[in-house]
Amino acid sequence: MNYIEGFRNPEAARGIRSRVEALAAGLPARDRPVNIMEVCGSHTMAIARYGIRDVLPGTINLISGPGCPVCVTPAGYLDAAIALADRGVTVVSFGDMIQVPGSSGTLAASRSRGGRIEVGYSPMRALELAETHPDREVVFLAVGFETTTAPVVSIVDLAIRRGVKNLSLLTAFKRVPPALTALLADPDIRIDAFLCPAHVSAIIGADAYRPFAERYKVPCVIAGFEPLDILYGIQGILEQITQGQSGVVNQYARVVTAGGNRHAQALMDHYLEPADAVWRGIGMIPASGLRLRPEYSAYDAEHKFGIRVEAGHENPACACGDVLKGKQRPPDCRLFGSACSPEHPVGPCMVSSEGTCAAYFKYLR
Amino acid sequence: MSETTIQLGHGGGGLLSRDLIHREIMSRFGEGALKGLPDGATLPVPACRDLVFTTDSYVVQPLEFPGGTIGDLAVHGTVNDLAVCGAVPRWLSLALILEEGLPFATLGRILDAVRTAAADCGVAVVTGDTKVVGRGQCDGMYINTSGIGEKMAGFELGVDRVRPGDVVLVSGPVGDHGMAVLAAREGIRITHGVSSDTAPVHRLVQSIGDLAPQVRFMRDPTRGGLAAVLNEVVEDQAVGILLDEAALPFSIGAKAAAEMLGIDLLQVASEGRMILIGAPDISRPVLQAWRRFPEGHGAAQIGVVTETPGRVVLQTVTGGRRLVDVPRGELLPRIC
Repeated sequence: MNYIEGFRNPEAARGIRSRVEALAAGLPARDRPVNIMEVCGSHTMAIARYGIRDVLPGTINLISGPGCPVCVTPAGYLDAAIALADRGVTVVSFGDMIQVPGSSGTLAASRSRGGRIEVGYSPMRALELAETHPDREVVFLAVGFETTTAPVVSIVDLAIRRGVKNLSLLTAFKRVPPALTALLADPDIRIDAFLCPAHVSAIIGADAYRPFAERYKVPCVIAGFEPLDILYGIQGILEQITQGQSGVVNQYARVVTAGGNRHAQALMDHYLEPADAVWRGIGMIPASGLRLRPEYSAYDAEHKFGIRVEAGHENPACACGDVLKGKQRPPDCRLFGSACSPEHPVGPCMVSSEGTCAAYFKYLR
Repeated sequence: MSETTIQLGHGGGGLLSRDLIHREIMSRFGEGALKGLPDGATLPVPACRDLVFTTDSYVVQPLEFPGGTIGDLAVHGTVNDLAVCGAVPRWLSLALILEEGLPFATLGRILDAVRTAAADCGVAVVTGDTKVVGRGQCDGMYINTSGIGEKMAGFELGVDRVRPGDVVLVSGPVGDHGMAVLAAREGIRITHGVSSDTAPVHRLVQSIGDLAPQVRFMRDPTRGGLAAVLNEVVEDQAVGILLDEAALPFSIGAKAAAEMLGIDLLQVASEGRMILIGAPDISRPVLQAWRRFPEGHGAAQIGVVTETPGRVVLQTVTGGRRLVDVPRGELLPRIC
């Protein structure tokens, strides 16, 4: 079938909208709207791009969560990447990272000074560069959630098998489940349901959300990124709330299975181990990151180049932390749209294409 | 001459230069104004006609991409700039900057594309220049073309003439060129491949000459795509634009590539499309006229001009509305 048109059908959208409206009208009286957190940055972008907030009843509030991997990467990580580029290392990165402000600069500025910074759609670009330029040291900026982690680790796997030694990763991998636990533990945030990420779930599997549904009684619905997926996901959440249920419903079964991608999980487990990780704007969340196991430290850029990723300095006026936790909406930040815009981003939520502030600025101003 | 690649000596002004000019340029464009290689072209300008003059430089990578090359692009881009000013394209200059090491075979294919495109557009290459720079000083080759056209009667174009209620038309699916180039650069192979839409739009403009007085604005949506052009229209004006997402024409290949790379097709360049804003009653006759041409086959009305000042808004397939923003900076593939 045509997977693009099929999930963007205006008539089907009208049908789901009227069911959502009916379910919302049947909600028991409450003192505040139903807070649904969309965890993933791609959901945030799709919600803005398709004007989905615009069609929901006022009793439903969508909160954007910390699901943009670029946004939660600390400034100190950028500082380390820029320092590597400035000393002649070839740095390969996903496009989003290039304009993210570190403590005092960006990778784009380093590139204009002559730094070798390559933008790649696939991590394979880093392996190709390392193989075609054996005289260079190539570092891949290994930023991302579980979706991205698996393909990035596969280049280490290939490098080892092909005997490539001039490639390493500067890791800032993040895991979604520990972040959800931290959000639910925060008394300032009242989340009634999670719209769970699509592609992350393809790797970790739908069962990974069971603890949230069972222990915290928070309905979890896994939905795809198309507009109908998202509307249908919201419908699924409202069905659970009106029936007083809390379970995990996998509406993205065309991609996501209960157990996830076992091959990817085995690959990650072989090369990586859990580590405490700092989330920009949020702080340290125990065991929420992944780093290379000690036996693969030859592929760990921090170890190889004797550097340490420090915390870095962030603008104290930037509200990205509260935005990432869903406590503030971007327009509530006093920098939004004035000191902070996509041309001159202060915080990472404005620079990444999946950032909540960028989505608001781009689509909802 | 036995070299297979461009050498620095081909730009030195000596025998090698002369060989290059005769073998590659004069063999293709040597008739007409270029004959005898004068320092400048003398043009037979018709009396009582305004002339339109434009220039553009082409630096696309890769030089050859699905659907076209830097050669046809350099002709179409400049021809289209003339056409959307309401002019009939007549004359073209062709300036080449070649990198040492460029294969002659590549240069030959690209110049063939220039010749074919120029003939198709009815423009004559009347003057030119060739320079060679050292390895690493340019990316294979750069081309600059300037064009002169004769202004057609009846077109009085300008954003200040756009009124609420006017219709917004596009001559076909948008974003194919940008996605074809990006997909080629990123090595993305998909089932429904995406090809550049590079093509001239001058025939489309000429086909609606009798409706010219009711046309307010025409533009080709190149860099920055539809989003950039439409935002330019409403900037500092008392009008806005409402687009209908369901009416926007996109090719399946461009859509697939854009989805993979996380790119908004409204912000992606086309090189063979035009946007027209005009009085409401010309929507049907313009679309009918355009659809008779292969390059206008997919023409559609995509929106209307509103009274909301300065805003381009999209009515999405979910029934919601969102802002269509000006693209910023470079197109960067997103992370996941």
